[in-house]
Amino acid sequence: MKNKLASLIKWIKETKEFYNSDIYMREIHENPASVTREEHLENVEKVRNIVYSDKNKQEKTMEAVYRVFAVLFMIFFSVILVLTVSNLPATGADNNPANNEVAERYIEKGLEETGATNVVAGMILDYRAFDTLGESHVLFVAAIAVTVLLRLDKKERDPKDTKIRETISEAEEADRIFNTRHDTILQKVALLLVPVILMFGIYVVLNGHLSPGGGFSGGAIIGSAFILYLNAYGFGKASNVFTEKIYKRASVAALMFYAIAKCYAFFCGANHLDSHIPKGIPGHILSAGLILPLDIAVGVVVAWTMYAFVAMFRKGGF
Amino acid sequence: MSILNCVLLLFLIICAVAASFSKNLLNSVLIFMGYSLIMSVVWMLLESPDLAITEAAVGAGVTSVLFFLTLSRIHSIFKNIDDKSDKEDENYEE
Repeated sequence: MKNKLASLIKWIKETKEFYNSDIYMREIHENPASVTREEHLENVEKVRNIVYSDKNKQEKTMEAVYRVFAVLFMIFFSVILVLTVSNLPATGADNNPANNEVAERYIEKGLEETGATNVVAGMILDYRAFDTLGESHVLFVAAIAVTVLLRLDKKERDPKDTKIRETISEAEEADRIFNTRHDTILQKVALLLVPVILMFGIYVVLNGHLSPGGGFSGGAIIGSAFILYLNAYGFGKASNVFTEKIYKRASVAALMFYAIAKCYAFFCGANHLDSHIPKGIPGHILSAGLILPLDIAVGVVVAWTMYAFVAMFRKGGF
Repeated sequence: MSILNCVLLLFLIICAVAASFSKNLLNSVLIFMGYSLIMSVVWMLLESPDLAITEAAVGAGVTSVLFFLTLSRIHSIFKNIDDKSDKEDENYEE
């Protein structure tokens, strides 16, 4: 009993471990010896020489074995894939499994039931709007994940805080390679191209129910126009228009609108219900009920997410 | 039409192999960009213009930009620019 008490006291004083051995503390070096780049490269070379020296023949043999296995694996999978593809039914054949009553109904009654001339838009934003809602949220979650990984919080480095990986000002410093404030050719070309690309993107979004395209592709085109503007004029000018506040509000509002507009599907097992919005005349821009607003919502989310990705990659924030 | 298809598919295979075997990462990204462009033409020939637009905008446009940015962040595009650019850019401070 007394023994145990003594060892407990010693354990609290951090001189002895509770059961038997002494506590071993490694010495902390206040200033680790700084290594220049050349020394570091030399060290790497030394380690590599030791690891791959003739004494370590096992590694070499294993490397050869890995290569042989990789080639065998590749041949095996290529054969399987080629066999599978060669046994696929011919493209567009009558008795393909894809030619069932679902596709038939989409093609025959799609225009009548959704009012969209573009059957694809009618499919993904009316019959299968539930799936598209999930896809928009996947993109939103991807944007959140990128934000969590790449966002930088601190503006300036605090010498006491050693946990900071990189600050915003340092990221901007590293971003200087791309600083093109004095690149006249790029700026003039961007001045000509950005409005045209923006107009085309808006056209693709607004005509999603009439012609090929739609929310996602139009949003990606608008996003690429934003990125071109950012690359030509730098963050100084771009941050006047593209702020984090607007990004958050626009994308959250668009996703909320989509979810509210289609939330009845949650309650009736993803069945299709009439939205009570007049279908209009097929082929007119104000037609096809909910498809046009949904296209716009998806376009807003995609365009902003594209811009946010580039901003996060470049300097860890807007 | 079938000859064009064959040529495009051959290009696709060549691009896919070249992108993985290229030693220079920047070249790999550029080849991948070309792959996406050819792929969008193939989608167009398969009569799915929706996919073609998306492939051209996302595959060839945004993805490559993100790849370029990543390469620049890991200092893989420019080797010795870090020392020079700082001094040069100080003159352009606003």
